[in-house]
Amino acid sequence: MTSRAQRLLVLGVLVIAVVSACRKRQPEVAPQPVNTTPPETCDQRCRDSIRAADERRRADSIANEERRRKEAADRALAALRATLAEKVFFDYDQSMITDESRAALDRKLPILRANAGLRLRISGHADERGSDEYNIALGQRRAVAVKRYLMDQGIDGGRLDVVSFGEEQPAVQGGTEDAFALNRRAEFEITAGGENLTPPR
Amino acid sequence: MGRFSTLRALCLTIVICGAATRGHAQDTTFRQGVQLWLRYAPGTRPGIVVLPIAGELGDSVRAMLQRDLDYGDRVTIIPTDIPTAAAAAASNGPAINYPLFAKLGAAGIVQVTWASAAIARVAVHNVAQQKIERTQDFPLGGDPKVADGIADWRMSIHAVADELESWITGVRGIAATRIVYSSSGRIWQVDSDGAMTIPLTPATMAMSPAWHPRGSFVAYSAMGGTGNWQVLLRETGGASRVLNTTPGGQNITPVFSPDGNTLVYSHARELGNDLYAVNPFAPEAVRKVTVGRGSDNMSPTFSPDGRQLAFTSNRTGRPEVYISDADGTNAEPLTLGQYSDQSYNSNPDWSPDGRAIAYQSQIAGRFQVISMGLRDRSPRRLTSDGINEDPSWAPDSRHLVFTSSRTGVQQLFVMDAESGRTRQLTHSGAKVRTGDWSSHIKR
Repeated sequence: MTSRAQRLLVLGVLVIAVVSACRKRQPEVAPQPVNTTPPETCDQRCRDSIRAADERRRADSIANEERRRKEAADRALAALRATLAEKVFFDYDQSMITDESRAALDRKLPILRANAGLRLRISGHADERGSDEYNIALGQRRAVAVKRYLMDQGIDGGRLDVVSFGEEQPAVQGGTEDAFALNRRAEFEITAGGENLTPPR
Repeated sequence: MGRFSTLRALCLTIVICGAATRGHAQDTTFRQGVQLWLRYAPGTRPGIVVLPIAGELGDSVRAMLQRDLDYGDRVTIIPTDIPTAAAAAASNGPAINYPLFAKLGAAGIVQVTWASAAIARVAVHNVAQQKIERTQDFPLGGDPKVADGIADWRMSIHAVADELESWITGVRGIAATRIVYSSSGRIWQVDSDGAMTIPLTPATMAMSPAWHPRGSFVAYSAMGGTGNWQVLLRETGGASRVLNTTPGGQNITPVFSPDGNTLVYSHARELGNDLYAVNPFAPEAVRKVTVGRGSDNMSPTFSPDGRQLAFTSNRTGRPEVYISDADGTNAEPLTLGQYSDQSYNSNPDWSPDGRAIAYQSQIAGRFQVISMGLRDRSPRRLTSDGINEDPSWAPDSRHLVFTSSRTGVQQLFVMDAESGRTRQLTHSGAKVRTGDWSSHIKR
């Protein structure tokens, strides 16, 4: 083959390669297992390098899987904690559990049942209307009302502590009815057993 | 003395000695002045001039005496500038130009000289009779020139003012007193004139301070580390200790009995607060006072003879003020449905003279301070500007300290229940509340 012919052949191959690269990408297909069998010409150094690459790939795969599993577990744990922390709200100067609050408490029940070591602190709060001192007692009534509801559903009362902040820690500042409604609440804090929550079955 | 001056002096004497009959809810008895022999009557405010006082601290002492007498609301301080007052007064009592002071409207003159550096010699002149009615030496405590001594020195000046008011009107003043209150989670104290504000406790979500009747202790409630509300006792100048009967549950709104030997507070283990009584200074068993059956009973206050209690209870559904015997029996509502469109009455405080109970009542959605006369159970509304709460009587049963939002952030205000005259006591950037007025501070 003449040198001109060789150049033409190389040029042709390049054109085919460029055209191939510019074609619309085909949908990704699952990667084919990499043939890691060392060619016969591969010496020991070459084989070690291939083995190391294989091990890195396997380790990365395991780590990714682990990370995905952990992220999923974290999301599930966060969801459980969010359900446990979901506040319940009360009417003015009342400690009666409303239908809405009952639904929120019912969502906590399976988690509490699935995690016997879980302890909660229920804090009762009041809006700024009413005397400071009366509101301390009102916050207590609200926290105790929540505790008693959970106990009525079979949760051991020893796992539920109550505390009242009265009107001392408003969730929302302001003197509007909306602010008052958001401040008349019971909050939930995990005091034990919250590190590894078992999702309810 | 010319005819006009004679008549004027006579008229002045009649005004002072006459029996003014303006109606008042509480201070309705005529009192005999101890030495001035002026018959003080409610509604009359004899004119008093405080002469300039010599010495390095003379101006301060004069300003304090004038302010204390003014805040007592029983005399009128005649504002005389120092040159005028000095010109009208010679150095010795007998030489004082009484007719000139009479023209200024003065019934009495207060003259302070120094028997020694730490002893004030105080004289009160009767202008109408043109003579000194009484002189007494007052040893002053503390030392105004050192930081640790200012409070005692100021309190000793306040005590002089209170004694002067007693000489002039027959009623002891309220200057030598303090108010404790809660703000930013701490308990604070302030002198009755608004000076010497100091914190008594660290920030522990503390509230509801109450004086021991001798001023030697302050009881208050605070949230402990476990989230329980505890009652604590703080000795004057000392540290706080938890009342050992209140380790668990909710323990709030302590108050001392008039003899100081009993502390009553509100306790809840779970549902429902009841009042309990205990001797805080002896290992005695706690006695249950109220039987609330799940209702909330709190904010107690003793009658001055210690035989009765007033307290807040929602046993009928809404907060109301009740009166019972000190052991909790014979409870009856004081406020049921009275003077309140939404029926929310709470935080009673029994006046030291036993004639009235002040409390807060929700009117048109806002708390206002009410004074209920106990003889005829007649409520009298004392406030209308802003939200007004937590009244506490001064030792004279005439002034009250209360929380008000009238200037924005809640602060303490002092009101003369007779005239309605009101002054702001605290000027904090933070919310100030649950004030309690002491008895006279013993030196």
